[in-house]
Amino acid sequence: MGKYLLRRLILLVPTLLGISALVLVLMRSLPGDAVDVLIGTEISLGPEQRRALYRLFGLDTPIYLHFLRWLGEVLRGNLGFSLRTSEPMTRVLMQRLPITAELAVLSVCLSWLLAIPLGVLSAVRRNGALDFVSHIIGLLGLSIPNFWLATMLLLVTSLYLDWQSALIWVSPFKDLWANLQQMLLPVLSLSAVLMAVVMRMMRSSMLEVLGQDYVRTARSKGLRERVVLIRHAFKNAAIPVITVQGIQVGYLLGGAVVIEQIFGMPGIGWLILNGIYQRDYPVVQAGVLFVAVVFVVVNLLVDLIYAYLDPRIRYD
Amino acid sequence: MTEAATALMTPGAARRPRSGLAEIVRHVIRQPVGLVGVLLVVGFIVLAVAAPLISPFDPLAQPSKRLQPPGGAHLLGTDEFGRDVLSRIIYGSRVSFQVGVISVGIALVIGGGLGLVSGYYLGLIDSLVGRVVDIMFAFPSVILIVAISGVLGPSMTTAMMAIGIVYSPIFARIVRGPTLVVMQQQYVEGARAFGAGWVRIVARYVLPNIAAPVIIQTTLSFSTAILSEATLSFLGLGTQPPDPSWGTMLGSGRKFMELAPWVAVYPGLAIALAVLGLNLLGDALRDALDPRLRRGRT
Repeated sequence: MGKYLLRRLILLVPTLLGISALVLVLMRSLPGDAVDVLIGTEISLGPEQRRALYRLFGLDTPIYLHFLRWLGEVLRGNLGFSLRTSEPMTRVLMQRLPITAELAVLSVCLSWLLAIPLGVLSAVRRNGALDFVSHIIGLLGLSIPNFWLATMLLLVTSLYLDWQSALIWVSPFKDLWANLQQMLLPVLSLSAVLMAVVMRMMRSSMLEVLGQDYVRTARSKGLRERVVLIRHAFKNAAIPVITVQGIQVGYLLGGAVVIEQIFGMPGIGWLILNGIYQRDYPVVQAGVLFVAVVFVVVNLLVDLIYAYLDPRIRYD
Repeated sequence: MTEAATALMTPGAARRPRSGLAEIVRHVIRQPVGLVGVLLVVGFIVLAVAAPLISPFDPLAQPSKRLQPPGGAHLLGTDEFGRDVLSRIIYGSRVSFQVGVISVGIALVIGGGLGLVSGYYLGLIDSLVGRVVDIMFAFPSVILIVAISGVLGPSMTTAMMAIGIVYSPIFARIVRGPTLVVMQQQYVEGARAFGAGWVRIVARYVLPNIAAPVIIQTTLSFSTAILSEATLSFLGLGTQPPDPSWGTMLGSGRKFMELAPWVAVYPGLAIALAVLGLNLLGDALRDALDPRLRRGRT
């Protein structure tokens, strides 16, 4: 296990380098002149100021030097500065992270809470009424765009239920109840797809496990059905579900961009999107890099959990 | 190479039913899931193709009062500029399907091409493509699409390009595996011994073997591409107003939805139905094309 972990960590290096390179290339491929795009048409710059701006973006150097310099900064924990506020991006990201993290964690929790029992029960009572209903729910969950669901939830709560949570973001440490009220609709909108995916995976994985010999053996030993289902079937069926969850983290981070925008939650997604709207490219660069790194690390963790849960998998 | 020799060396060819396509279509529409999927997809294609004939108004014209409720001449009401919502939804299906076809086409050509070359030649090319694919997979797709379109400037064209590029790696991965397997078969070795060039080997042996997974992935990517375009346009980074894209309609209608819920309800419904149709079709195709994956449900 230790050896495997080491190998995975070493393999992480080229991936992270590639991610940084891609993000840099993306930023250098701004249409026209990035500086012109940035300053717009209102301000006119002298050649001196223009050169200073070029230097600020590293545009005065060839791309490979630019990359090395940027990499050096990133390794020292400097992700650049916002053009609008001059704040260091490292600090900004750390401020925004808790919001996105809470949104993501609550969405995963809610989706598991509903999807796992539904998936297991659908498999156990296959082709029953519940199976049919959850099949439909699963299909709808996969097809309804999260931003429409969010819009509809807002519409229904404000128009018909006359309910609205506080508009300004409240930290859970300050007022947990107000925070959870604010989180309710965003979490519902974001977790619908997750729920559908996890439920479908849980069902098919459970169905497969229930057909295995060891389940039949457990039953023929005279074990109670509940013990068979939970200890023998569910534990094994849960493993692929965890892998799927790792991939879904990508969806969560992407979904956060849209959901945070709709509900005005100043998280990482909101940061990236507003960086794009305001042409604050260092913000976009740092945000996208950060999200990609989180995604890669989470998937590594998922693989490790996978190995831990299934002793048959030996990566060494 | 004689016909007999070819037949002998293509084990798949003998087993394949004579009218493969008809068989698949029959299998798809026999499942209720597949039938609903086909009906929805065909319905939207008809809307897209025949938009000028079907839609009651010009999607850009402002023939009536603003935010008129559904009913009368405007079946689904009018939007904040007095444009007919139904007509805009009908024309919106053009945007969605155009984006779907072009972006998935880009992904199929770039990704599929790289996967094919990778699995065919192996070696350095394969490792290079593999690394690039890994790196692309390290980005959550929506974030990457948003970043690319945002940086390149919002328009329908950049949206299609961004979606196409971001979806390429999945096709590379799907094509590479089966290509690799086919290339190691004895019948390919045999064909090579008979002097077959790469064009013949790819067309005759590789393509038939990768067709099923590629068709399934194309359908599913089509639905996510439509969703991605709608998301981008909703955020103002895709199709620009006044062009009628479902995402744009929802995005701009959102501000007025408490006064006029229909401007936000119907475009979203159109997206959901189109995506649902493609997902159902994809599921049914998977069942039809890959009997090993056939699920218990009938």
